[in-house]
Amino acid sequence: MNEIGLTQILFVSTALFFIGVYGFLTRKNMITMLMSIELLLNSVNINFIAFNKYLYADKLVGLFFTVFIITIAAAEAAVAIAIIIHLYRKLKSIDVDDTDIMKF
Amino acid sequence: MSASQIIFYIIAAIIIGGGILAVTSRKIFRAAVFLLFSLLGIAALYFYLNYEFIAAVQIVVYVGGIVVLIIFSIFLTHASGDEMKKPVLWRSVFAGLAAVFATALTFLYITEHNFVANSAASVSPSVRNIGLQMLSTTEHGYILPFEVVSMLLLAALIGCIVIAIKIKTKE
Repeated sequence: MNEIGLTQILFVSTALFFIGVYGFLTRKNMITMLMSIELLLNSVNINFIAFNKYLYADKLVGLFFTVFIITIAAAEAAVAIAIIIHLYRKLKSIDVDDTDIMKF
Repeated sequence: MSASQIIFYIIAAIIIGGGILAVTSRKIFRAAVFLLFSLLGIAALYFYLNYEFIAAVQIVVYVGGIVVLIIFSIFLTHASGDEMKKPVLWRSVFAGLAAVFATALTFLYITEHNFVANSAASVSPSVRNIGLQMLSTTEHGYILPFEVVSMLLLAALIGCIVIAIKIKTKE
């Protein structure tokens, strides 16, 4: 425990991942659920970078995965927010309990 | 404790504390600001690991892009000072228990597992190396995913406009 290694960084990313899971399970508001998903994606990115640095320093594979995950996360957030704004116009609410218009 | 360790524990505290406050804060605007701190802490962790390019991308895309987008959508859909409803007690209890036990189990496996480092010579994650490998067409090049992702971004751009556009109804 005297030098910062892979284990410490994995502890941080694990804790962040399950904080995100907790938020996703308890929140009822779509924007805050989206924020939890961002936390999950970020903890995965930390894992990729840490493994790349400490275990496979001869390649850049983890780094490229991180770049592509960040790109796709940005696209996903933009589409999700477009959907949320459209739902808000239709229902005047972004609570997941009110969003049942696809049921029949 | 060396200075490097102290810096790491400060960064970890910012990440975890920001994350916890972002998922538990009852005011949605505050939750977004705490998320911002957590993402900045993650960028600091990338700087700490000497991955400057990823840290810069993290700041530009997440802090400058996604969080600003989230804050704007909060302004469009909420009175931002409002408190959200309290989550149902049994739901938060069970979600908290699940998160705590899963974290404990994963911690156990991480401490038990013996990670074996690859001993080959390391490649510096400089912008030059990243750019050369990203656009190379040889065996370990990433030109194909790069082009596919550009198509995905174009599709997302058009999709967002189509979904969020306001259709005028005829009076």
